[in-house]
Amino acid sequence: MTMKKNLLLILAIVLSTGAFAQKIYFTKTGKIIFDSTTPMENVHAENEQVTSFIKTTDGEINFAALIKSFKFRNALMEEHFNEDYIHSDQYPKAVFKGKILDFSKVDLSKNEPQKVTVEGNLTLHGVTKKVSTTATIHPENDKILAKADFEVTPAEFGIKIPSIVREKIAKTINISADVTYQPYKK
Amino acid sequence: MITLIPYFSFGQNIDDLLNAETKVGRTYETAAFKTSRVINGHSVEQMSANHLDLRIEHRFGELNGGLYNLYGLDQASMHFSLEYGIKDWLMAGIGRTNINKTYDGFAKVKLFRQTSDNSIPVFLSYMGSTEMFTSHWTDPTRVNKFSSRLTFVNQLLIARKFNENLTLQLSPTLIHKNLTPTELDANDLFALGFSGRIKVSNHVSLSAEYFYDFRSNRSTINYHNAASVAVNIETGGHVFQLMFTNCLAMTEGGFIWGDSNGDWTNGGVHFGFNISRVFSFDKKRNY
Repeated sequence: MTMKKNLLLILAIVLSTGAFAQKIYFTKTGKIIFDSTTPMENVHAENEQVTSFIKTTDGEINFAALIKSFKFRNALMEEHFNEDYIHSDQYPKAVFKGKILDFSKVDLSKNEPQKVTVEGNLTLHGVTKKVSTTATIHPENDKILAKADFEVTPAEFGIKIPSIVREKIAKTINISADVTYQPYKK
Repeated sequence: MITLIPYFSFGQNIDDLLNAETKVGRTYETAAFKTSRVINGHSVEQMSANHLDLRIEHRFGELNGGLYNLYGLDQASMHFSLEYGIKDWLMAGIGRTNINKTYDGFAKVKLFRQTSDNSIPVFLSYMGSTEMFTSHWTDPTRVNKFSSRLTFVNQLLIARKFNENLTLQLSPTLIHKNLTPTELDANDLFALGFSGRIKVSNHVSLSAEYFYDFRSNRSTINYHNAASVAVNIETGGHVFQLMFTNCLAMTEGGFIWGDSNGDWTNGGVHFGFNISRVFSFDKKRNY
């Protein structure tokens, strides 16, 4: 082998390990949907500006969503959500900090969905609660796709639902997250 | 070189990165009032783009009508309107009231919004409306022109949300009537509105409203400035406003002009309500 070929080989190894060796992945355009559907009213909101980081050394994972970025179909409902229920002036962010418990069994070189368990603390409306759910991690080339669904109740986060609208808002709210991580470059 | 890349990012704490990436910047204040009216008069709130507000407003008779009129409940005046957000900063509405069979049309423009850092300290909106009564002329023998049916209203709405619970608003108003009740009356009226709301719970607020009329030459002998108090209840897509007001009319050319306003001190007060139901036609919010 010539010196030139050796150099190319080293370069190729460096570039390819560069992708694997990446320890932090992130997104600023993650999507979180929350849904409370009752026969009387569909309360559905989407936030497509969710920031999330994942560390592939130990499976540490976090999310942050600005409450005001949740978009409702009905603008009035959005205003009431911010002003009367979740008090976004006082508590502008929802934050999750946790860990993928069985991250060691995830094979990031395998291009297929893999089931994992996520556990951590969700802070919402000034209240922090432990949540746990199953999620799928799907490595795809240099990206990681992740999805999770879980349920919360407004009551556990100190969000009061007045009796007059109790029929319109479901007891449990479904929250689903759908994110595509890219390597984090500082 | 190979070990350098992982080493570089290994020491970083992803919670610090998360905090750095999600700083809360300057935001616009929202929800200064519950709905587009404080009570009778406009508030700085308006419909978002492609949202329709269907409003039904009722005022019963005067409380001093006594039991014979069931304290006014035997009589009812009403106004209904369809009001639409064309843009987030522009809305327009049309309405009709049975008082003098009057049609009205208005446009409201959002000029400034209060910001969280106070770089803009107030909300500022403009409201312009035209009212046209269509009831038969009281004196058909006179030369009655179509233009005499018209009233024009120009109003600035200046509001400040002092905190989550308290909003105060000033509403300088200019009203021009092409035809006044008598020759003694000036055609133009300048009034200043003072109004505000206090939140008492997440879904209930109290509001009050007073319009001071600066006219010196008017024919009405017992004129009373418009004064109203209301409870506002919000239930998702509906807002209910239950009020006591000395105004029977529900449009500016009626209640600020005020010829039919009652006297609070002798029970010349009407019970009334506004119902607002908002529908979204926003296709972009396709959820």
